[in-house]
Amino acid sequence: MKEHEIVDDLNLAYLEEARGKKAQGKDVPAEAGEDFKLIGQPTARIDGRLIVTGRAKFTNDLTLMNMLHAKILRSPFASAEIVSMDLSQAQNLPGVKAVIKLKEGRVKYEGEQVAAVAAISEKTAEEALQLIKVDYKILPHVVRPEKAVEEGAPQIHDSANVEKFNEYSRGDVDKGFAEAEVVLERTYKTAVEIHQTAETHASIAKLDEDRLTVWDSTQAAFSVRDGLARTLGIPTSKVRVIKTYMGGGFGSKLGLNEHTVVAARLAKETGRPVKIVLNRRENSLCVGNRPSTSITIKGGAKKDGTLVCLSMKNYTCGGVGRGDRCSEPLIDIYKCPNVKVEEYTVYTNTGASRPTRAPGHVQGTFALEGFLDELADELGLDPLELRRKNYSSANQGETGIPYSSKGLNKCYELGAAKIGWERRNKKPGEGGGKIRRGLGVASQIWWGAGVPGTLADIKIHRDGSVEVICGTQDIGCGTRTYIATIAAETLGLKPEDIAVKIGDTVYPWAPSSGGSQTTPSVAPAVRDAALKAAERLKQLVSTTLNIPASRIVLAGKKLFDKENPDVSVTFQDAAKELRREAVFHGERSDLPAGFAYNSFGAHFAEVEVDTETGQIRVAKVVAVHDVGRVINRLTAESQVVGGITQGVSTALFEERLIDDNTGQMVNPNLQGYKISTSMDIPEIVPIFVDLIDPRINNLGTKGLGEPPRIPISAAVANAVYNAIGIHLREIPMTPDKVLKALQGKEANS
Amino acid sequence: MEKTSKKRKKTFTRRAFLKGLGGSAAGTALASKFLRRGLAAPPQEMEAAPVHSQKTVTFSVNGRTVSLEVEPRETLLDVLRQKLNLTGTKKTCDRGECGSCTVLLDGQPVYSCLYPAIRVEGKTVTTIEGLAYGDELHPVQQAFIDKDGYQCGFCTPGFIMSSVALLNRNQKPTFPEIKTALSGNLCRCGNYVKIYEAVRTASERMRKA
Repeated sequence: MKEHEIVDDLNLAYLEEARGKKAQGKDVPAEAGEDFKLIGQPTARIDGRLIVTGRAKFTNDLTLMNMLHAKILRSPFASAEIVSMDLSQAQNLPGVKAVIKLKEGRVKYEGEQVAAVAAISEKTAEEALQLIKVDYKILPHVVRPEKAVEEGAPQIHDSANVEKFNEYSRGDVDKGFAEAEVVLERTYKTAVEIHQTAETHASIAKLDEDRLTVWDSTQAAFSVRDGLARTLGIPTSKVRVIKTYMGGGFGSKLGLNEHTVVAARLAKETGRPVKIVLNRRENSLCVGNRPSTSITIKGGAKKDGTLVCLSMKNYTCGGVGRGDRCSEPLIDIYKCPNVKVEEYTVYTNTGASRPTRAPGHVQGTFALEGFLDELADELGLDPLELRRKNYSSANQGETGIPYSSKGLNKCYELGAAKIGWERRNKKPGEGGGKIRRGLGVASQIWWGAGVPGTLADIKIHRDGSVEVICGTQDIGCGTRTYIATIAAETLGLKPEDIAVKIGDTVYPWAPSSGGSQTTPSVAPAVRDAALKAAERLKQLVSTTLNIPASRIVLAGKKLFDKENPDVSVTFQDAAKELRREAVFHGERSDLPAGFAYNSFGAHFAEVEVDTETGQIRVAKVVAVHDVGRVINRLTAESQVVGGITQGVSTALFEERLIDDNTGQMVNPNLQGYKISTSMDIPEIVPIFVDLIDPRINNLGTKGLGEPPRIPISAAVANAVYNAIGIHLREIPMTPDKVLKALQGKEANS
Repeated sequence: MEKTSKKRKKTFTRRAFLKGLGGSAAGTALASKFLRRGLAAPPQEMEAAPVHSQKTVTFSVNGRTVSLEVEPRETLLDVLRQKLNLTGTKKTCDRGECGSCTVLLDGQPVYSCLYPAIRVEGKTVTTIEGLAYGDELHPVQQAFIDKDGYQCGFCTPGFIMSSVALLNRNQKPTFPEIKTALSGNLCRCGNYVKIYEAVRTASERMRKA
């Protein structure tokens, strides 16, 4: 038996055992979930009616009494010194209530905030911005990382433009290269991407005496609360953040934004609530982006495909902010004894980076998986075989500990069968004709184990109605629905019977919704609370029915004797036994030590490349994921579909364009900044391996936000390589790049 | 202030319409009217807002006739959201690139962010709020729920309006026809595949009904 099979089988054996026990009528551990009726099924969202009737309220849909509207004046220059600023004309415009300075001295990127206005309407605030007179002294700028690294380039911060932020090594790469029979070195590049959330960022701030309430379009209510308290110097206990509906974040709404602080300051200045809504241009310039990368991988292998060494150098540009750490996939996913990593941020005069759905992993996976395909060709191996050859059952990073569960082999197996892997070109580019077809694969690793200590309460009223209360936020993944599903499953009710209250910092603590951690944090906490409630109800009913609590089952809105189902009480009557409304506190437990908790997946892409126009069409994507237990199959599929659509967009279209001479972005809109439309979407087949992790939490579930976003761009690039025989090594793979590569290939042949 | 137009005589008054809209909408809109007239005491400063030329337009929204003053610079989107409190129609790009603000104008899908409010005189507007019959959802709305044709839900009203417009003119659209009809709407969460399923499901159900 191969080593990797042991880990996969570990969990399958566990499930087999649970199923065997069930067949024999024995008690099955709850976490095996063999009796689940709702969890794991497709469930339509409980708040669907609100969304499809336009009644779901997003931050910009809210209006408070006496509310003012704020706008921010932003630097038009990439680098300049503010010599003077005159606010008087703006202050004198009728309808303007406050004008404040936000910046003195040097501005370092286009879109940096300079001043702000609060007025009685958005249009008045906009007019006022035009009346603020700022005298700038324009300074030299640099917006392109290739130029920022040059000697004599304008310096962005006090330190050098290039800054090392990560290094890692294990084994001895020099020894590895000496042992290697094949060595390859390749450089892969990714462009700056903008989140371009459908709903632009928005906040409303309201001050009552010394208490601040903020409605925010955020992925992280608690983090915004803490940030506001820190920035404004007020106690956390006096800040409340409410998140209603939010129109997409993808990382750009993780944590406190500058404009939210501006709204709070203006609310204080004017004594009235202040709303601020950014426009599309601001969203393009100054709420974050995915840093570009230039990643060079040098690796060596034995002729049979055994990896012996991998070294990686990453130059990543996050504007005035940090670059992304992209080395995790290379460090972790494949077995390789000798690894060395160096990562550098390159600073430029552009807006700061921000986490962007699977930060670092998208770029790092594009480079690593592209490199593996080029290595496979060099070795004359099937790219999938090369990956299997270097399969690892233990996390290869610093921990070296085994994965709690890993279903990647199963992903390879199911995906290859579904896409018809044998149809690929055995030699990249061997097919002919105007339209070339190709298949590509890429693997995925991510964390997403969830955060221990996440809290959720279940409240049972005397009339038998049930609430789940948790401070988490639904950022579009269906959080409300799975909360209701889990509570309903455990209490024998229906999802629509459960009132879900989330998105408010007065509720029990939950982590930020980023990094695929919401479900594996919140779901177990809700399950824990519900199990406690169920236990209490069983005990109460046990006295009434005069049977042991262990024989009582909750299902069909009843509590009944599993040996004699006619002996029962309704859930409603059982709730009366609680005597008063009762709250049950749930908490997400600690992660058992000694194991690495990761999610895995493999994407298989099929593409068509038009050799005359250079256009790439992604025809089909099979996405297979190991995310532990799937709680809601309907919304889980949507996560996968969305991740792939965004990843296809990254692979083919998305790029922030900045004019070198002016330092200004030329596509701060949705016309020039191309994202996938309905015309660009492949057939998508989501598959889950349903490998329930026995340790990760009481539901065996892992996060799914990031995983489907990670391998897709790499899989598409590898499929293009398989189609035309050239790895473009650069995304987005626009038609000009494809045609240039094809011409180069012709010239060489 | 409210000039009488020829068309208005046979229609509801603005005040009657606002009553029909319900408390919150009427509250907001009436407050601004009074404030403009300077009838309400606090906050006094509202009187001092910059004055722009206004024109009264009369049109139908979701089956009710409204008559209100708009500025030449105002878009239909802003009037719907700010003056009529119909916030289901969303602003994403505000320049005709994304379709979030799609409404039906005399049955045709239009980007309300590009449509000057002064041109809406005498026309019929349907927004996302006007699709359901009471508790009974439009088949397209129901299909979006059943097929999970959304994620964050922000672009959803626009997609639903475009889908309704498609099915009104073509009861049995082919797959490419669905894609083309929705090509003016962007979904950044990337749930197009689920949206296609929703439209196909709605089409089947509407033909059976």
